[in-house]
Amino acid sequence: MDFNDTAVEATFREEVRTWLSANIPTSDELKGLDYIGRAKLWQKRKYDAGWACIRWPKEHGGRDASAIDQVIWNQEESNFDTPDSVFGIGHGMCAPTMMAWATDEQNKNYIPKLASGEDVWCQLFSEPAGGSDLAALRTRAEKDGDDWIINGQKIWTSGAHYSDYGVLVLRTDPTAPKHQGLTYFFIDMKSAGIEVKPIRQISGGANFNEVYFTDVRVSDAQRLGAVGQGWQVALTTLMNERASIGGGGGGVNFDSVFDLATRVNIDDAPAIKDKNVRAQLATWYAQESGLKFNGYRSMTALSRGEIPGPENSIGKLVGAPKQQDMASFALDLLESGGAIWDPELSDAAGMFQATYMASPGLRIAGGTDEIMANIIAERVLGLPQDIRVDKGIPFNEVPTSNS
Amino acid sequence: MNFEFSEEQNMLREQAQGFLASNCSMAVVRRVLDGDEPYDADLWKKVAEMGWTATVIPEEYEGLGLSYLELSVIAEELGRALAPIPFSSSVYLATEAILAAGSEEQKQAYLPGLAAGTSIGCFALGESSGQTSAASLTTKADSSSITGVKIPVADGDIANFAIVVATSDKGDGASLYIVDLDQDGVSRESITTIDPSRSHAKLTLNAAGAQLLGNDGEGWSYVQSILNRAAVLFAWEQVGGCDTALNMAKEYAMGRFAFGRPIATYQAIKHKLANIYVKNTLARSNCYYGAWAISTDADELPIAAATARVSAIQAYYYASKENVQTHGGMGFTWEFDCQFPYRRSKLLATNIGSEATWQDKLITAIEKQRAA
Ligand SMILES: Cc1cc2nc3c(=O)[nH]c(=O)nc-3n(C[C@H](O)[C@H](O)[C@H](O)COP(=O)(O)OP(=O)(O)OC[C@H]3O[C@@H](n4cnc5c(N)ncnc54)[C@H](O)[C@@H]3O)c2cc1C
Ligand SMILES: Cc1cc2nc3c(=O)[nH]c(=O)nc-3n(C[C@H](O)[C@H](O)[C@H](O)COP(=O)(O)OP(=O)(O)OC[C@H]3O[C@@H](n4cnc5c(N)ncnc54)[C@H](O)[C@@H]3O)c2cc1C
Repeated sequence: MDFNDTAVEATFREEVRTWLSANIPTSDELKGLDYIGRAKLWQKRKYDAGWACIRWPKEHGGRDASAIDQVIWNQEESNFDTPDSVFGIGHGMCAPTMMAWATDEQNKNYIPKLASGEDVWCQLFSEPAGGSDLAALRTRAEKDGDDWIINGQKIWTSGAHYSDYGVLVLRTDPTAPKHQGLTYFFIDMKSAGIEVKPIRQISGGANFNEVYFTDVRVSDAQRLGAVGQGWQVALTTLMNERASIGGGGGGVNFDSVFDLATRVNIDDAPAIKDKNVRAQLATWYAQESGLKFNGYRSMTALSRGEIPGPENSIGKLVGAPKQQDMASFALDLLESGGAIWDPELSDAAGMFQATYMASPGLRIAGGTDEIMANIIAERVLGLPQDIRVDKGIPFNEVPTSNS
Repeated sequence: MNFEFSEEQNMLREQAQGFLASNCSMAVVRRVLDGDEPYDADLWKKVAEMGWTATVIPEEYEGLGLSYLELSVIAEELGRALAPIPFSSSVYLATEAILAAGSEEQKQAYLPGLAAGTSIGCFALGESSGQTSAASLTTKADSSSITGVKIPVADGDIANFAIVVATSDKGDGASLYIVDLDQDGVSRESITTIDPSRSHAKLTLNAAGAQLLGNDGEGWSYVQSILNRAAVLFAWEQVGGCDTALNMAKEYAMGRFAFGRPIATYQAIKHKLANIYVKNTLARSNCYYGAWAISTDADELPIAAATARVSAIQAYYYASKENVQTHGGMGFTWEFDCQFPYRRSKLLATNIGSEATWQDKLITAIEKQRAA
C-alpha cells in the first residue's frame, strides 16, 4: 500500500503540473470577460495545447489518455485557481452519450467543438411532471416526413440560456408503457420555436431555466438510438453523471469551518476550544477523509486497469447534505452575524451564507438524496426495486397529480 | 497509487474467512456469551497455531515479522466473526506495549510467549467510570511493587500478565509496569459487562511484584502511541462487525414479509440499509488510511488513527442498532444473533476511549499538524 504514483504516472503528473503552471490565465487576460468568456478562454487554451478532455480519442479533440491520467489531471487542475467551467454537462454527460450513440460523421462535426469550448451543451431531461420519475416526461415529438415536431416544456435546464446544443428525451408513443414510448435527440438551441425563460433560484442566481418547445423541428438524423429506445440512451447520460473522480469540491469544507472556529469565540475563548464544536468538526473530518480515501481506492482500481467498485456511488449522498449541515453550523458559529449576507460585511465574503443558500440544490440536482439511497439499496446491496403502480400500463392511462 | 491490499494479503483474508467460518460461527459466540468459559480456548489455540498472534512480532523473538497490513486483514476478519478470544488485549495492546517500550531482556522474556499464544497479555489503564488521564491515575508503584485497582480490564481474568499504567511523579505523570498476574499480590475478579462474549475483570494489586516498562515518567506518551496503533486495529474489527450487522439485516429483510411483501421492499428499510452501507464504506476507507499510517509509522498516524476510530465507532453503532430494528420484535430476543453486534459495538467503542475522546484527539492532532 502506498500513495505514490507509478513512474509513468509521476512523469505524467509532472508534465501536467508544468503545463498548468505556465498556462493558467492571468487576471489581466480575464479582465472584462464574463464567466462564460472566461470559461471559454481557458478551455480553448487547453484544447490548443492538447490538454482538453484528455480521455477522449484524439480524433475528437482529446488525447487518448487513460482513466488514471484523467484523475491525475483533475487533481492537478483543482490545485490551481482556474475559471469556473460551464462545460460540465457537455463534457461529462452529452459527449459520452454522443460518442456511444451518434454516427462517426456527427461525432466528427460536434465533439471537437465541445472539446475546444466553442460550443456549450445542456441537458433537457427534467419536466414539470418528470423529475425523479424522469420517464414520466410528456413533451411530445411527432414524425413529419424526415423531421420530428416537438411540443411541450422542459424545466430546471442548467445553462440553457447560454447553450448552443442540448440533448433531450421526448415522448414519441404515449400509448406505450412509460419507459418504452421515449426517443432521444440532440438539438440546436437556436432552432425556431424554442423559448428559454430563466428561473430564479433561492440562492438568488438564475442558472436554470424553463425551456418551451412550440412546433420545433428536429431532423430524424439527430435521433440517437432507435425510436422507442430513448430510455436506454438516457441511461448512458445518467451513468456518466457522477462518474468523475479526483476533482476538488469548492465551497464550505472542513478547512473553512475549522478556520472559522479559530476566528469566532464561544464563552470568550476561540470556538475551536469548545467540545461540541470539536466533536462536530471531527465527524465531518472523518466523512471528508472517508470520501477522499474512497477516491484513492477507485484510483487504485483505475491504475490497475480495473473498474472502480461501488464505493464511489456514495459521494453525492454524503457530500451534499454535509455541505448543507456545515454551512448551517458555520452560520450558527457566527451568531447574529450569521444572518448577514453581504460580500463586504459577511465573514469570508459571504461564502458560508452562499453555500447555505445553494446547498439545498445539491441534494436535488442529479438525483435527490432519496433516489441516491434507492440506487445504493438496489444496485449495490441488491435489495428489491420499489413496487411500481405504473408498470406495464400505457403511459396515457397512468394516474398523475392532475387526475 | 496503490491503495489496496496485495494479492498475498487477499489470500490471507480468504484463508482467514474460511477458517473462521468453520471455527467461529455465531453459535460459538453464543456459547461463550451464555456459558461459563471466559473465552474460546480451543479457538485461541488454533488462531495461535496459524501464527496470527505472531504476525508483527519480529522473527528474532519467534514472530513472523509480517506487517500491520496483514494484521489489519486478520483484525477485520476477527471482527466480522465477533471472535470470543483475547486477541485485541494480547496482540493490539500488550504486544504493542512491549514492542514499543520493552528492554531487550523484556522482549526476550515476553514476546516469544505472546507470539506462540501460550502467554496472554492484557492492558490495565482505567480505574473507574469516566475518562482516564495521567492526572486521574491512583495506581502507584515503587521500585519493585505496585498497588491499586484497575477496572474494567479486558481479559484481566485470563491473562498471564498485565501492562499496568500507574502514576509517576516524573515526566508526563505516568509509567508503565509489567505485572505477572499469577502472584500473591494480585487478586482478580471476573466482572459482568454488556458483552459477556468477551471477558473482563477487576484487578486488585496489593504490593504486587512489578517491573518498570520503558522509562519512568514517559508512560503517558507510550499510552498515546499504543492507543493510536490499537485504534486502527480496533477500527478494522469494527468495520468487520459492521458488515456482519449489515448482512444479517439484509438477509432478514429479504425473507420477512409484512403487508403482503418483503420488508426489504419498503424504503424505510432500504434507506436504512443504504445508510449502513454508506457509513461502513466511509469507515473502511479511513481504515485503509490507518493501515497505511501504522504500517509505515507515518507522522500522520495520530490523525489517521483517530479518523478511523471515530468513523468506525459511528458506523458500528449505527449498523448494529438498525440491524436490531430491522428484525422487529425478533431482534430484541435472546434467541436471535442481533444482540451480538449490538453488544460488541459498544464494547469496542468504550474499550480504548470513547467517540468523544477520539473526536477531541482528532482535532488536537489536526491543530498540532497545522501549528508545525
Ligand atoms: C440546481 C439544479 C440544477 C438542475 N439542472 C438540471 C439540468 O441541467 N437538466 C435537467 O434535466 N434537470 C436538472 N435539474 C432537475 C433535477 O434533475 C430534478 O430536480 C430532480 O431529478 C428531482 O426532480 P423534481 O424536482 O421533479 O422533484 P420530484 O421528483 O417531484 O421529487 C420531490 C421529492 O419527492 C421525492 N421522491 C420522488 N420520487 C421518489 C421515490 N420514488 N422515492 C422516494 N422519494 C421520492 C424526492 O426525493 C424529492 O424529495 C436540476 C435541479 C436543480 C435543483
Ligand atoms: C418489548 C416488546 C414487548 C411487546 N409486547 C407485546 C404485547 O404485549 N402484545 C403484543 O401483542 N405484542 C407485543 N410486542 C410485539 C410488537 O408489537 C411487535 O414486535 C411490533 O409490532 C413489530 O412487529 P414485528 O416484530 O413482527 O416486526 P415486523 O413487522 O416484521 O417489522 C420488522 C421491521 O420492518 C419494519 N416494517 C414493517 N412493516 C413496514 C412498513 N409497512 N413500512 C416500513 N417498515 C416496515 C418495521 O418497522 C421493523 O423495523 C412486543 C414487542 C416488544 C419488542
